[in-house]
Amino acid sequence: MNRKPYVREMPKSWWLGQRRYTIYMVRELTCVLIGAYVLVILVGLFRLSQGPAAYGAFLDALQGPLAIGFHLLAFALALFHTVTWFGLTPKAMPLRFGEKTVPGTAIIMAHYVVWFVVSAGLLLVARV
Amino acid sequence: MTGPVLELEVLRYRPETDQDPAFQSYTVPYNGDWVVLDALNHIKDNIDRTLSFRWSCHMAVCGSCGMMINGEPKLSCHTFLRDYYPGKVRVEPLTNFPIERDLVTVADDFMEKLASVKPYVIAKEDRPVNAGEHLQSPADLNSFKQYTMCINCMLCYAACPQMGLTPDFVGPAALALAHRYNLDTRDAGREERQEIAASNEGVWDCTFVGACSQVCPKAVDPAAAIQQTKIASTVDWYKTLLPPWGK
Amino acid sequence: MAKSNKPIVWSLFAGGGMLAAFLIPAMIFITGLAVPMGLLSKDVLAYERMLALAGNPIGKLVLFGVIFLLLWHAAHRLRMTLHDLGIRSGRMAMLACYGMAGLSSIAAAVVLLSI
Repeated sequence: MNRKPYVREMPKSWWLGQRRYTIYMVRELTCVLIGAYVLVILVGLFRLSQGPAAYGAFLDALQGPLAIGFHLLAFALALFHTVTWFGLTPKAMPLRFGEKTVPGTAIIMAHYVVWFVVSAGLLLVARV
Repeated sequence: MTGPVLELEVLRYRPETDQDPAFQSYTVPYNGDWVVLDALNHIKDNIDRTLSFRWSCHMAVCGSCGMMINGEPKLSCHTFLRDYYPGKVRVEPLTNFPIERDLVTVADDFMEKLASVKPYVIAKEDRPVNAGEHLQSPADLNSFKQYTMCINCMLCYAACPQMGLTPDFVGPAALALAHRYNLDTRDAGREERQEIAASNEGVWDCTFVGACSQVCPKAVDPAAAIQQTKIASTVDWYKTLLPPWGK
Repeated sequence: MAKSNKPIVWSLFAGGGMLAAFLIPAMIFITGLAVPMGLLSKDVLAYERMLALAGNPIGKLVLFGVIFLLLWHAAHRLRMTLHDLGIRSGRMAMLACYGMAGLSSIAAAVVLLSI
């Protein structure tokens, strides 16, 4: 028998080949900015532990253009993480009652409501 | 050829003569009602008898005719020429599978993975015939029906990048199939299936790209099945840390 | 049962991801944009206020919990992404990602305890 199966190689740039894969990669890479932001917070807490002068310098550094630029990017990607994460929740937690299945959009909307409440809560606590 | 025509670029591979696959172009008459499969059959009947491809029902229920059409995994019987005309249609065998010949892929690995998840009802105890049938309400059926719709067309395996990166990955269809039986109210075999489903090559190779569910022609949503299995497996894992589940 | 140990890291990833989805946009907005750009008063992040927050045991616990979960969410996702990007050595990716998360977690605990 003349069998000689041919295995096609997967290119390293597979995720650039189709829009859905590129969007997936952006979604995954949000973790880099989120992780970096957590480290910024950690540095801030460290400066806090060093006293008012060090902490003040940290707050001043946050005003620099690079810092603002970083946080803008982090903010955009954080939002992208939130939107993509919420979008997937109906798949991970389907809600069925007898013969009826709760529509996915309802589950997603519920997450946005909680998100709004939490975010508003944080802003209120900040200003109080 | 009189009348409108369409060009098909088909990836050919003849193991007895070819070192590598290569595209071959064919010009077929364009018909607004035709699907890609019709064009392929026209080629085989009238232009090139040597072209090999799988197909059967021509109505999107048998799962035989899966191919890459302009880079997207589709059923060729379910993909209309009119959506591409007058552009070229590029036809290739499903990604992530070895090519046997032309558009025919080697599906053995897929078949083994399907069988490995024990895709049959595993009852808690033997049920004598005179006990009668299992009773299942419409609500019972609703809990797992979507996962029964899989036609084993392998489009999800072609769409899944993890399938390409980690060929040992059990894959979307097999994991959706396991989930289908785990959720079946007649079944008590989830723990047995976890041997495969909860292994590193089971659900844990999945990163929820979600392409599998996007390309599925039957809305099975294998991605959902996998995520639910991840959660259930995680709960299992934590339970073993606590008595009475743990040792 | 063929036991995979993935559930530990995956549960941290999932918990951290859920937390990040709800908390992080507002947090970044407040600390990284609103206060530095003057949309919110500088008092919001004032030294005494933050000291009070991080100084009390509940504050420390909450801050550590949030930092810990977010670090491990990012670490696990990055590890899987390195695999997606073609880095073949699973070991290296694992050590680098979880190592960083582990060290940062310890650092967070040390810093919070010193406040």
